Amino acid sequence: MEKITRVLLLAFHPRLEASHVNRFLLNTLREHPHIEVKDMYELYPDFNIDVNKEQQDLLQADLVIVQHPFFWYAAPPLIKQWIDLVLEHGWAYGTNGDKLKGKQIMHLVSSGGGFEDYCQQGKNLYTYTELLRPFELTYKFCQMQQLPTYVVPLANKIAQIDLEQHAQQVKRILEQWIAGEVDAKLPAGVTYLNELN
Amino acid sequence: MASGLFQHALIYLGTAIVFVPISKKLGIGSVLGYLIGGILVGPFALGLIGTEGHDVMHTAEFGVVMMLFIIGLELNPAQFWKMRAKIVGLGGLQMLLTAVLLFMFLYLALSFSFKASLALALSFAMSSTAIVLQTLKEKLLDKTPAGQHAFSVLLFQDIAVIPILAVLPLLALQSAGGDTPAHRLPPFLSFLDQYPSLLLLAAVGFVFILSRYLLPLVLRVIAKVQMRELFTAAALFFVIGIAWLMESVGISAALGAFMAGVLLANSEFRHELEADINPFKGLLLGVFFTAVGSTINFAVIAADPARVFSIVLILMTVKWIVLYFLGRRFRLVADQQLLFAFLLCQVGEFAFVLLASIAQLGIVPKQELDLFMAVVTISMMVSPLLLFVYERFVAPRFTNDKKTPVAYDAMEAAHHVILVGFGHFGSTIGRFLRANNTHATIIDSDSERVNLLRKMGFKVFYGDGTRLDLLESAGASDAQILISAIDDPHTNMELSELLPKHFPNLKLFVRAKNRYDAYELMDKGITHVHRESLIDSVYMGVDILSELGHRKYTLHRKAQDFIKYDNEALEKLYRHRKSDGYISRLRAETELQERLLQEDKQFLAKAEDSAWDSSHRN
Repeated sequence: MEKITRVLLLAFHPRLEASHVNRFLLNTLREHPHIEVKDMYELYPDFNIDVNKEQQDLLQADLVIVQHPFFWYAAPPLIKQWIDLVLEHGWAYGTNGDKLKGKQIMHLVSSGGGFEDYCQQGKNLYTYTELLRPFELTYKFCQMQQLPTYVVPLANKIAQIDLEQHAQQVKRILEQWIAGEVDAKLPAGVTYLNELN
Repeated sequence: MASGLFQHALIYLGTAIVFVPISKKLGIGSVLGYLIGGILVGPFALGLIGTEGHDVMHTAEFGVVMMLFIIGLELNPAQFWKMRAKIVGLGGLQMLLTAVLLFMFLYLALSFSFKASLALALSFAMSSTAIVLQTLKEKLLDKTPAGQHAFSVLLFQDIAVIPILAVLPLLALQSAGGDTPAHRLPPFLSFLDQYPSLLLLAAVGFVFILSRYLLPLVLRVIAKVQMRELFTAAALFFVIGIAWLMESVGISAALGAFMAGVLLANSEFRHELEADINPFKGLLLGVFFTAVGSTINFAVIAADPARVFSIVLILMTVKWIVLYFLGRRFRLVADQQLLFAFLLCQVGEFAFVLLASIAQLGIVPKQELDLFMAVVTISMMVSPLLLFVYERFVAPRFTNDKKTPVAYDAMEAAHHVILVGFGHFGSTIGRFLRANNTHATIIDSDSERVNLLRKMGFKVFYGDGTRLDLLESAGASDAQILISAIDDPHTNMELSELLPKHFPNLKLFVRAKNRYDAYELMDKGITHVHRESLIDSVYMGVDILSELGHRKYTLHRKAQDFIKYDNEALEKLYRHRKSDGYISRLRAETELQERLLQEDKQFLAKAEDSAWDSSHRN
């Protein structure tokens, strides 16, 4: 079992200054020496992604976290641009495309709705996991191992104390991950990382 | 006689150079430095200055006039109007209460005659405009409530001097036959002497029209000539002219200058005028303080030191108590109230004028007057020391209190960005910043443009952006960013050299015409260099390629890549260039062009990408 030591957090928010939740999460996590945080909309305001640099950073990482708000049941567009440009044929997939093989990846999502909206009985009919299927397939295609998503629900009206709790929980999980205390094989039945402590 | 002038200039300037830095270093302010310097070079110590100190002092008093002009410039009519209650109420009460108490002291304790006591009490009620205002400016206290209150009192005193001077002859023992010709008008205007109030009105009206309409017109014409010294000459001419006019109709010159200043406060030339007059004001005040120091008559003090110092103590204590009481009545919080009292408790230079007049009229015996002259001077000397004590030992006790709201803060809204040059390039930057709620302070040397911008509500300073004093008043020492967007590369270069030396905290963003300018700027350590020839040229290329049938999004991506590459190439070739700085510029440019084209080849080799293109996959 390979020990995870380096975490690359790619934060995608087109208006980070207006998102208290996403800023708070970033500020909590960026202090950790093993977590490298990249504010992608600040780096690529013109969507002109530096493919080389992104690939180098991916090579260094053991766990990639994709942090983003849930907009229109999906992720902001720069994530798609990033996937289109960085996950190149012959590098991430296709002939000799195995550079990401075995790396772990997960989404850290802030959502205006809650779990009760994102289910078959709720108003949005589908779960977060179901709506994130295209990403799941992308990572699978690149032979990456995807971890369950962590969701900060009801992010528009979240109380500061709850937000702090979420941030601490994510931080705790990542620290355990970095220390190698959490086995890559999760307990059966975990659909969201929220269920871990 | 020229050598005599040189000698005097040397003594006064030398005194300033030696003593002011020392006193500043000790934290006691420049005024005390000048005063101590004056004592040391005066007749009772080194003897470099003889008894002519008094004459020099009267001449140098003109510094006070200039100072009031500058203060007027910083106060527009609306703000001045708001202060009227404070000037009359606070200033009037201060004069009245102090004069009454001092009168009782002089009449009852020192048993002077009724008239002498009254005359002296009025003289001693005055505070020193020169010392207080200089100190306020220097210690940045002029926008505090205490500073504002002090200013109101001083202004009232300046106005009050005139009627007091007029009343003094009435107090004279032998009714002096009015041989003080206040009006010295040119012959063709002398008929106005018969109608003093008409004369007064005419003079004030003239100042109003002159400051409001005539001067801005003249300055605009002078600005077009683009000779800085001509502007300075005009400014001096104007201030001296007003002072002369006011003196000759019997109004205080200081008051006239202040009025003119207030009227010019809204003109676009305000900062330029301020920057021009300021050095003269500073020098004259320095000479004035030095002269005051040199005139202290130590013989008188030595004759009866106990009497001299106890009179000083009583005078200042009485003034202090009155001020402290008034401070409370006019709603100053505790620390401001103390500051206000400490600021104004000295006897000022107007007392010299009044005492001289008293001497002339023979109201008080000569030897007593010499003693009082010494008393006044000593109180002026003690005043900066008292303020030093206040700052060191009294004010720190209040630092835990809630910060007093600075009442006049809005007078100079703090802008964090300064934009030098509002031409084609700069205006785009300025407009873009403004569209994003960032209001840059603009410095521009086109007076018509400045006028227009002012009307549009921009904060604009007229003048040459490479002038340090102008940059200072535009707030360069507090600003975060300065944008140098002038068309002339030499000026941009000059700024890039000047600013890091004088304002090390200012981040510079500099416009460069081309890559060669950019190199020179990089030589000066500027990191934010923007070439005006880069982005527009590239996007013109985008337009052309689009016309030739290329798709726009691909072109946009390629343009972004190219700009990025070109900036990197700039850095890379810059490092090369340094090694062969001896080559002539033309030759260097050709060589550089060649290197650049070489670099391009490498870039092109890598530039092909396969984004959204699967046609060449295997």
